[in-house]
Amino acid sequence: MLLYFARRLALTIPTFFALMFLTFVAIRLVPGDPVEARVGERGISPERLAFFRHQLGLDLPVWRQFVDYVWRMLHGDFGVSLATQQKVLTEFLTLFPATVELSVCAMLFAVLLGVPAGAVAAVKRGGFFDQALMTISLFGYSMPIFWWGLLLIMFVSVDLGLTPVSGRIDLINFYFDQPTGFMTVDALLSGQSGAFLDALRHLVLPAIVLGTVPLGVIARMTRSSMLEVLSEDYVRTARAKGLSPLRVVGVHALRNALLPVVTVIGLSVSSLLAGAVLTETIFSWPGVGHWLIDSIGRRDYPALQGGVMLISSVVISVNLVVDLVYGAVNPRIRHGR
Amino acid sequence: MAADLAVPVSAADEGAQVLAQPTPLAAFWAAFRENRGAVFGLAVVLIVVAVALGADILAPHSPIEQFRDAVRAPPVWQAGGSWRFALGTDGDGHDTLSRLIYGARVSLFIGLSVMSVSFVVGVVLGLISASAGPIADVLITRMMDLIMAVPSLVLAILVVAILGPSLANTIVAVTIVYLPRYVRLVRASALGELGKDYVTAARVVGVGPARLMLSTVLPNCLAPLIVQAALGVSDAILEAAGLGFLGLGAQPPTPEWGTMLADSREFIRSDPWIVTLPGLAILVTVVAINLTGDGLRDALDPKMRRS
Repeated sequence: MLLYFARRLALTIPTFFALMFLTFVAIRLVPGDPVEARVGERGISPERLAFFRHQLGLDLPVWRQFVDYVWRMLHGDFGVSLATQQKVLTEFLTLFPATVELSVCAMLFAVLLGVPAGAVAAVKRGGFFDQALMTISLFGYSMPIFWWGLLLIMFVSVDLGLTPVSGRIDLINFYFDQPTGFMTVDALLSGQSGAFLDALRHLVLPAIVLGTVPLGVIARMTRSSMLEVLSEDYVRTARAKGLSPLRVVGVHALRNALLPVVTVIGLSVSSLLAGAVLTETIFSWPGVGHWLIDSIGRRDYPALQGGVMLISSVVISVNLVVDLVYGAVNPRIRHGR
Repeated sequence: MAADLAVPVSAADEGAQVLAQPTPLAAFWAAFRENRGAVFGLAVVLIVVAVALGADILAPHSPIEQFRDAVRAPPVWQAGGSWRFALGTDGDGHDTLSRLIYGARVSLFIGLSVMSVSFVVGVVLGLISASAGPIADVLITRMMDLIMAVPSLVLAILVVAILGPSLANTIVAVTIVYLPRYVRLVRASALGELGKDYVTAARVVGVGPARLMLSTVLPNCLAPLIVQAALGVSDAILEAAGLGFLGLGAQPPTPEWGTMLADSREFIRSDPWIVTLPGLAILVTVVAINLTGDGLRDALDPKMRRS
């Protein structure tokens, strides 16, 4: 067990270093000099330029710059944003809860709808509901979500006027401290009447948009996994014992069918964050995805570099945790490799 | 119980079919045809391909010509619409129908280029990883792990930030993003095949390493690879459209569906059709390719086939 943990951890470290190398090289490949970008168009004297280059460590040999870069990152220094002059890590941490809130709600939407729907489809296999659900799920995971978001804004927000078009809360009516960074929680804590409902109304469309692809995938996975389990001997035994169909399906079968589904959910952090970039852009949701796109628009390469590094670190860490939990739960994985 | 009894009968049926149809292609088609959705998907894919190929004949206008006299003209079924611009025009006076038609060409080009490049590179890297010793294996698998650690769109954004936004760079970015899937697939199935007796036999006979991998092992890894390639086309189209939507893909006036959507956002209140149509084109194409891909999987991989 310990050996598995150690091995899995050891596999992660080179990935982190490779990631640092990738972001380091990437930023050097970007056209344009970072100092000149900072000075702007007026230009400065050669001495000042040399001073700035020295200050940024750009006059050192490249290998030395890389070592410094790694050293700084290991100490939690991800650089300073050109646009805001704030630490990239600080900016990231301020915005990240918004992305987490959105992603968690999207996943909740996908799981709470997808798992029951997939299970029912498997039980009623070949029937109308099954076919309808499989068609919907096909459209779900084929959906260009940026378009889906625009459509929903068009119908729900503009035509019906049910939800706001962008943002996380109505800033004109509500203002409160954000100790957790999760708007729905903070709204509840603030005790302002209507604040929670308003935060929820801002959240619902983005969560649906981001949850659409996972919903399609999860419904389909649950169905096929459930079909497999339903033909197992223990399900037949449970039926033969005279258990109610609901108990057989809901307890005996679904429990086992959910294992592969849980894996998919655990390993979907990466695609969820990719989807968040698009969703946040459509809904002007102030999360890290929106920030990353803004950074590109502003040619804020330190922010881009640090952002990619931090987002990927989150993905690597979550995948690591998922793997470790899996190893702890499932002995076959632990001893398999 | 009834299902158990039915098994030998259907197995016999299948045996008879295989006997009756001698060529593998015919057998494949027979299996593929069973899945009505897949056949429908394939039909739609063929229509999209035909539209892309015949864009010069089919499109009523040039996709980049601006009709200054008809900016944001409504489609024909709405008041004020005319057959001159059957699906209306966008904010710059481009004919939407023509842009959609040429967009099929752009999107399929992206999808197919990404698929073929990552297929070839993926096969080469996967086979090297499976057969060329531990150092190459570790290097390649680590590199693929790295690529997969960065969320697809974020990596694509990084690549585009370095190379600059354009159609060609979109293809490069999306290819890098999807490479690991092919490499890992090839590596895993090649490793599975390498232990089998026929490979040992080929080795004993004295087949060289390159030929062993390419002509002995590779053909036996192809089935899952073909399925991945088919589904890879739709993924690539979606990813490229996403980049286009963010303004980081093909640049206007290239008639790329995602780019068309990016330009349309300001008309969400006034002219909904400008927003609706390009997305519909993406959705229909992607759904059709995915349906076809599912059918391919059912037909090529009997284990995955719905019993």
